[in-house]
Amino acid sequence: MFKKALLAGVAASALITGTAMAEGLSGDKVVVGVLTDLSGVYADIAGKGSIAAAEMAVADYGGTVLGKPIEILSADHQNKPDIASTIAREWIDAQGADVIVDLVTSSVGLAVQGIGGEKGVVTINSGAATVRLTQKECTATGFHWIYDTYSLAHVTSPAVIAEGGDSWYIITADYAFGHSLEADAASVIAEKGATLVGTVRHPFPSADLSSYLLQAQASGAKVIGFANAGQDTINSVKQASEFGIVAGGQKLVALLAFLSDIHSIGLELGQGLNVTTGFYWNMDDETRAFAERFNEKVGRMPTMVQASVYSSTLHYLKAVEAAGTDDGATVAAKMKEMPVKDAVVHDGTIAANGRMIHDMYLMEVKKPEESTGEWDVYKLVRTVPGAEAFQDPKESGCALVE
Amino acid sequence: MSVKYSTTPSGTVTGRFSGRASLIIGAILIVALLAAPYVLYPAFVMKALCFALFACAFNLVLGFVGLLSFGHAAFFGAAAYATGYSAKFFGLTPELSILFGGLVGGVFGFVFGWVAIRRQGIYFAMITLALSQMVFFLALQVTGITGGEDGLQGVPRGELFGLISLDEPLVMYYFVVAVFLICFAFIWRVVNSPFGAVLKSIRENEPRAISLGYNVDRFKLIAFTLSAALTGVAGGTKALTVQLASLTDVQWQMSGEVILMTLLGGVGTLVGPAVGATLVVSLENFLATSGLPVTTVIGVIFVVCVLVFRRGIVGEFNAFLGRRKH
Repeated sequence: MFKKALLAGVAASALITGTAMAEGLSGDKVVVGVLTDLSGVYADIAGKGSIAAAEMAVADYGGTVLGKPIEILSADHQNKPDIASTIAREWIDAQGADVIVDLVTSSVGLAVQGIGGEKGVVTINSGAATVRLTQKECTATGFHWIYDTYSLAHVTSPAVIAEGGDSWYIITADYAFGHSLEADAASVIAEKGATLVGTVRHPFPSADLSSYLLQAQASGAKVIGFANAGQDTINSVKQASEFGIVAGGQKLVALLAFLSDIHSIGLELGQGLNVTTGFYWNMDDETRAFAERFNEKVGRMPTMVQASVYSSTLHYLKAVEAAGTDDGATVAAKMKEMPVKDAVVHDGTIAANGRMIHDMYLMEVKKPEESTGEWDVYKLVRTVPGAEAFQDPKESGCALVE
Repeated sequence: MSVKYSTTPSGTVTGRFSGRASLIIGAILIVALLAAPYVLYPAFVMKALCFALFACAFNLVLGFVGLLSFGHAAFFGAAAYATGYSAKFFGLTPELSILFGGLVGGVFGFVFGWVAIRRQGIYFAMITLALSQMVFFLALQVTGITGGEDGLQGVPRGELFGLISLDEPLVMYYFVVAVFLICFAFIWRVVNSPFGAVLKSIRENEPRAISLGYNVDRFKLIAFTLSAALTGVAGGTKALTVQLASLTDVQWQMSGEVILMTLLGGVGTLVGPAVGATLVVSLENFLATSGLPVTTVIGVIFVVCVLVFRRGIVGEFNAFLGRRKH
């Protein structure tokens, strides 16, 4: 009897996979899953704002696609990849999720992209930084939207060097993310003929960065780069200000800082800091209109990750409409054909490895007297075209690129 | 070592029920496990089983020897990496890679135990914590094996004995159930053996056990190594189940989580840790989609548990049955 039940189960699961391949919409609706960090360290850069951004995208699209309703699921993966993968599998198998977005935290991003690839479900990473998503571990249905570690180094360093910052000292968080940022930045610095005076690694996470900052200050380098993230970056910038590093003529560069980080550092301490971003709300009328609506809903201006969730969800829905189905592989192919054009990303294209390529911006944090409001924190230093900012897909090592 | 209980521990666990009642309850649980994937989502039950095994293995030292280890995440995580790596890069079959995980867990456990067993109480806990932090640091730095914070991804489930593919969720499910039941039976056998009786005597009164001529340190070390090896099997099975191993597994929070599971379910009872683990994993999973702050809710539940029923869920249940008998 038990054997029979087992066979029945196998047959049933075969049926389920069978129907998913059919044309049209599976389950007569499109299900968007927002898998994010609602309670941990990334709750500010993604979190509730990401869910709100996905809701805005669905509402802006009209709430239906191909005449069928769009449903949003959301969950807190608590930055644990095993929880994320269990939820993702359950969403896909039991709740008919067609696309999973946000995916902040690199271990989560890689795990869920793997599951999406295996099950033929579209996954769009906005929050995770690791460039591995579009390298060897790329999948036919996996996308990486607004930024990655490669672009962070390749936007900031050349632009800062072009502005005259030809000697560098890098303070690195001692883990894989920091190492890869440092390595990328070092290669760009060498390539552009600037000198790397020294590097120092601090444990992750660190509350007291004074000794590293003093070494950087004493090195006499024109530019001090921070290859760290989140609270480490906030601490670095605040403590650098206490030592009068910027006042002493050295330039600070945060290789990764989000709008929410700058907001909590404040302009007084953060002024003059250079930051790379894929989106800033105060760029033009379109971004301002989008950001104001977001602000009304959430009470904060969107970070680039939240804006990216909006843009990627919208692009997915457009591709479903154009493809006439929610079959993962078909929609993914359609997404790569279509240009990305919305309030967040005005002119983007998607490469075969799933990398969305668009303009990146080098920003400088304003002085307090230049700012007109709480969220008016950046001025544009340089726009870096996508082709320079992102890795050439041919060099990514992704098997999907011919 | 002196983890004191406010209540008298129950002596042998089977003592609560008559032999027949235990058999019936056991049979019901096994049937429930076999039927579960038709009611619940299998991937979720598998994960719960892995953590249940982890908690049961942990309980072997906390509940039956009275050693509070704060380093079990190291065994769990190291084994998860070992199993994942050997399955992915050496092409080991799942049963061999899990055994390899168990072996790695056991070796780490032997080394940890050998260093820490000489100390008692809080010092023992701190030494195990310090050693496990070293393992965490290695996991963070040796990115060639562990992938650093990206984790070891895409672990293949492989083919059982080289014959049966575990990619089918139901087949994998029954494989995990089998691993769990075998290990659980092993723990039951250890606890209800003369060896187990010596362990419990050490927990109750260590100086007396020494005066009776037992080499207490050796018994502790064997128990600790066994617990670590079983924890390794749990970690390895988890790596194959969720197909990844990550820093979450080896972080000190994981050591805390397993203590939480064990205390919630009932320390020193056989099924208690499994119940506690299932509860915590379910909460993590179901609260994830609820919009409530997960860690806060689990914290509140823990506080309530410790204040209201200190023997844990199963411990209180046993005590209730005991009261009715007398």
